[in-house]
Amino acid sequence: MWIYLFKRLLGLIPVLLGITLLVFSFLHLIPGDPAVVLLGERATPDQLAALRSQLGLDQPLPLQYLAFLRNLLHLDLGTSIISGIPVGDELRSRFPATFELSLAAMLVALMVGIPAGVLAAVRKQSWLDHLAMTGSLLGVSLPVYWLGLLLIYLFAVNLQWLPPSGRMSVDAGLNFTPITGFYVLDALLQGNGPVLGDVLLHLVLPALTLGTIPLAILARITRSALLETISQDYIRTARAKGVSEFWVIGRHALKNALLPISTIIGLQFGTLLGGAILTETIFSWPGVGAWIYEGILTRDYPVVQGGVLFVAIAFVLINSLVDLSYVLIDPRIRHR
Amino acid sequence: MSQSMQQLWQRFWRSPAGRIGLGLTITLLLLALLAPLLHPYDPATEQDLTARLQPPSSTHWFGTDGRGRDMLTLVWYGIRTSLLISLLSVGLGLVIGVLLGLLAGYLRGWVDTLISWLTDILLAFPSILLAIAIVTVTGPSLQSALIAIAIMQIPIYIRLTRAMVLSLREQEFVLAVRALGATPTRIIWRHILPASLAPIIVQATLSIGTATLEAAGLGFLGLGAQPPTPELGTLLADAFKGGYSLTSPWTTLFPGLFITLNVLAFNLLGDGLRDSSDPR
Repeated sequence: MWIYLFKRLLGLIPVLLGITLLVFSFLHLIPGDPAVVLLGERATPDQLAALRSQLGLDQPLPLQYLAFLRNLLHLDLGTSIISGIPVGDELRSRFPATFELSLAAMLVALMVGIPAGVLAAVRKQSWLDHLAMTGSLLGVSLPVYWLGLLLIYLFAVNLQWLPPSGRMSVDAGLNFTPITGFYVLDALLQGNGPVLGDVLLHLVLPALTLGTIPLAILARITRSALLETISQDYIRTARAKGVSEFWVIGRHALKNALLPISTIIGLQFGTLLGGAILTETIFSWPGVGAWIYEGILTRDYPVVQGGVLFVAIAFVLINSLVDLSYVLIDPRIRHR
Repeated sequence: MSQSMQQLWQRFWRSPAGRIGLGLTITLLLLALLAPLLHPYDPATEQDLTARLQPPSSTHWFGTDGRGRDMLTLVWYGIRTSLLISLLSVGLGLVIGVLLGLLAGYLRGWVDTLISWLTDILLAFPSILLAIAIVTVTGPSLQSALIAIAIMQIPIYIRLTRAMVLSLREQEFVLAVRALGATPTRIIWRHILPASLAPIIVQATLSIGTATLEAAGLGFLGLGAQPPTPELGTLLADAFKGGYSLTSPWTTLFPGLFITLNVLAFNLLGDGLRDSSDPR
């Protein structure tokens, strides 16, 4: 098993290097002088010369790339042109918001998508199956930002049940000091019930919006994986032995259908981090996605570069973790 | 029509999803093609600032936007732009991806290693993020969005074609033509490519839906088509940034509805094609 893990980790290196190479080229592919791009058109010649020397922009490209990698290992991703705050610091403070939202969205997807897929498979060709599959087709066809706007219009503006934007209301913020940056966890740690309620209410609409696509995909994959498993001989044997249908599906079929489902969960979780850019923009959610969007609007290249690099690396690492989890779900993989 | 094509068509026609998808796709394509002939107003020039944010009425069926432009005309032209971006980007991504996939699968060795490495890197980026990075470099425009979405499509076709080639290259009919002295180019073009086409076409149809969503997403972020070109994502962004998306909901309702219909049409069509090409 350790050899398998080692091989998987070794396989990550070329991909991670490729990502850094692509993101490094990003600044150099923008037409014009990278120093002007970083400091803006109003920079003085002295400032430009100082930055070129500081960043090694006067060095050959291979040396610049090595310096970029060295800085990256020290978590130095440059400084925002607009705010002057180091990109690494901003990422650290914003990542919990994005991660919390992605987790909540995945929770929505798991809690609705898997039961819907199971019901559709168990009641194949029934109205429940048709409803679940039509819903899932609609789910993958909806633009999330539009869905977000519709949900805000319905639940925040018209019904006024839920807050339209942000992570918490101003009043709740007065009695709250974040510890980890994960507000739900922080409120729990502090035993602060009113803040916990407020934070959870703020999470509902963005999590529903962001969770729609993974929910739809999970429902589809669960249905097809379960249908495939249900047709196996051992399921027929279990049924013939008089095992209850609930036990057959829950204990035998679903467990073996987990491999394709867990693949999709991992892939979708990584996609959620990237997809959060649109949802965070709609809901003014102060995460990495909304920050990249602000970077695009203000042409703050270090922010866009650092944000893109961070999300891509997180995406690869999450997918690798999912790969490694296969060893636990399916022990046969260790012996291949 | 050959017998196998006839069977394929019959199987496709039996699928309600496929039929609805085909009907919707043809309707949307016709709407896009006929926009310049039938549109009620000129989307670029005709704005009436005295009729800003009018709700739907007999004069303006979909209402008007924040600049007093007719939403029906804007949405109509938006469908045209969205279809143009998605069809062209998928076409471009498909051609490049299939070519690279054929090379990787047939030649193997360092060519395969290099192409597979590039594929892994491109797939390592969540798709919208890669598009954002590309458009930030090239500058926001319709062409940039088209190229960015095309690049995002490439790895899917490389993977698909490479896998098909790897399984086909060892099959007897390929070994036979190779034994007869056919050149690698002839084997790839005349024998392997035609045998790989069915899954590629199905994937292309499904990709058009995804590309439509991504194009509208880029438009929403201000990285797609630029004014005065009407595009569905840009129309949503105008309403959102203008602050009237919630007070004048028709400015977001219709563009979003037609993005969804565009995506749904190609997803249904792709599902129907997939089911008919693989009856299992």
